[in-house]
Amino acid sequence: MSTFYLPEGLPIPSSAPDGLSEPYWQGTREGKLRIQKCRGCGSWQWGPEWICHRCHSFDLSWEEIQGKGRIYSYERPHHPVHPSLVGRGPYIAVLVELPAYGNVRMIGNLLGDPRQTVTIGAEVEAVFEPHDAVDPPYTLVHWRLV
Amino acid sequence: MTDRTLRGKTAIAGIGETIYYKHGQSPDSEFKLALTAIVKACEDAGISPHDIDGFASYGNDRSEAGRLASALGIKELRFSNMFWGGGGGGVCGAVGNASAAVATGMADCVVAFRSLAQGQYARYGRGTGAPLVAGDDSFVIPYGVMSPAQRFAMKVTRFMHETGIKQEALRAISLACYHHAQNNPNAVMRGRELDEAKYDDSRWIVEPFFHLYDCCQENDGAAAVIVMPADRAKDMKNKPAYVMACGQGSGHRSAAPVHNMPGYPSSNFGNSAERMYGMAKMAPSDMGIVQIYENFTGGVLMSLVEHGLVKAKDANDFLVKDNLIAPNGVMPLNTSGGNLAECYMHGLELVIEAVRQIRGTAINQVKKNDAAIIVGGPMVTPVSSIILGSGAAL
Repeated sequence: MSTFYLPEGLPIPSSAPDGLSEPYWQGTREGKLRIQKCRGCGSWQWGPEWICHRCHSFDLSWEEIQGKGRIYSYERPHHPVHPSLVGRGPYIAVLVELPAYGNVRMIGNLLGDPRQTVTIGAEVEAVFEPHDAVDPPYTLVHWRLV
Repeated sequence: MTDRTLRGKTAIAGIGETIYYKHGQSPDSEFKLALTAIVKACEDAGISPHDIDGFASYGNDRSEAGRLASALGIKELRFSNMFWGGGGGGVCGAVGNASAAVATGMADCVVAFRSLAQGQYARYGRGTGAPLVAGDDSFVIPYGVMSPAQRFAMKVTRFMHETGIKQEALRAISLACYHHAQNNPNAVMRGRELDEAKYDDSRWIVEPFFHLYDCCQENDGAAAVIVMPADRAKDMKNKPAYVMACGQGSGHRSAAPVHNMPGYPSSNFGNSAERMYGMAKMAPSDMGIVQIYENFTGGVLMSLVEHGLVKAKDANDFLVKDNLIAPNGVMPLNTSGGNLAECYMHGLELVIEAVRQIRGTAINQVKKNDAAIIVGGPMVTPVSSIILGSGAAL
């Protein structure tokens, strides 16, 4: 019985070839959620980019944040578009906004019953899902209701 | 710089389409389809393919301008242009770019085209087969957010949440497209009628708003239009469809990674519609011909709102089938069947249908046919739209 929300065999996230997102993926392996913060103007930024879109500083740090947010939008895909998902049945993806960090948004799966009613605005917290047995190993970040 | 406008300077003088096929059904290669559509567009205009001196396309079309120019024996290639972005966001932009080249004298006769044989190459409706994903993909694909429907569904969910618009509004869009396709001999979905019950009973592609019939087809085919100076187009075989204005681009940071675009619940047009109406010196109420790209019906809905054609607060009441069908509807929509029911030719079939409507030769002819708005692939970045007009609109 798989302990993963979605079956194995889906594409593995990688920071190659330019390394821009490497600190994020390294962080998830350590059970830490990190996003960019601009040292120039103090703004939070997500997803990763080489420059701050507000002040154009290239000096961006990676800060650990608390994985607490609320559901901004969601979807429940039924039609499988990857061989690994055939027969899996519906699953839920959520777009979560993080009010403590400039309302940046992250995407993950919503743990629990895939047929549950999803409420926009519901409070959620991050859950790490390590995939240790694959090469390269990686860790996904899901969400569950609090 | 008092004359910085496209308004009335160029026209579409020729249109050409191949037979449209379900994906994988074309007996011809993608490049041969492109050649066929271009030759037909030249015949329709009454010119030789040797008269073409430029090519404009979009969606990373594989039929490259250099090969086309060589295959067709073009005397001199003066303009070649690719609109950035995937899918059909650039369909109207390609026609606009062709027009800009002609209006500024860079070229005299530019073909805007799209060739697409999904059966011979990758299908849009399938996820990636790659073992590793990087960049923005790495933050969405491992969570099963892979296909265009899955990438766009959350924009629609949020839009419906904020506006209170119901599924029935999306259903009406789909019903209108299928209705129009039933009269169209080149529509792939001709003979496959759609009613409310069939729509409601159709399987979910992505809940909560994407039924099967909210999603476009995947097809093989090609389409082309010939753009030339307005004064030359007047003397061609067919009535010209003048380019009144083109809008292209996208709203503030609309490609921000991991769905962080500030204007998230939108089709990404930003202020481009307003700029386009300004250039055309026309208003949404002037548009008797309305052709809106359906990748998904939710994108049509947001495009209608962003182009001032429907107010969000009126959408539940206004978007009913009777209002959207020719000849008597208040706003006939996608009168050849569109991407849903004619062919997913990345929206160029919508431009061609608008030209037929302006000429008065459409199968589902509308009455008010002096001005047409065509809107390209909503929700991608960048996007584009265009206004065409008859001589009376100038």
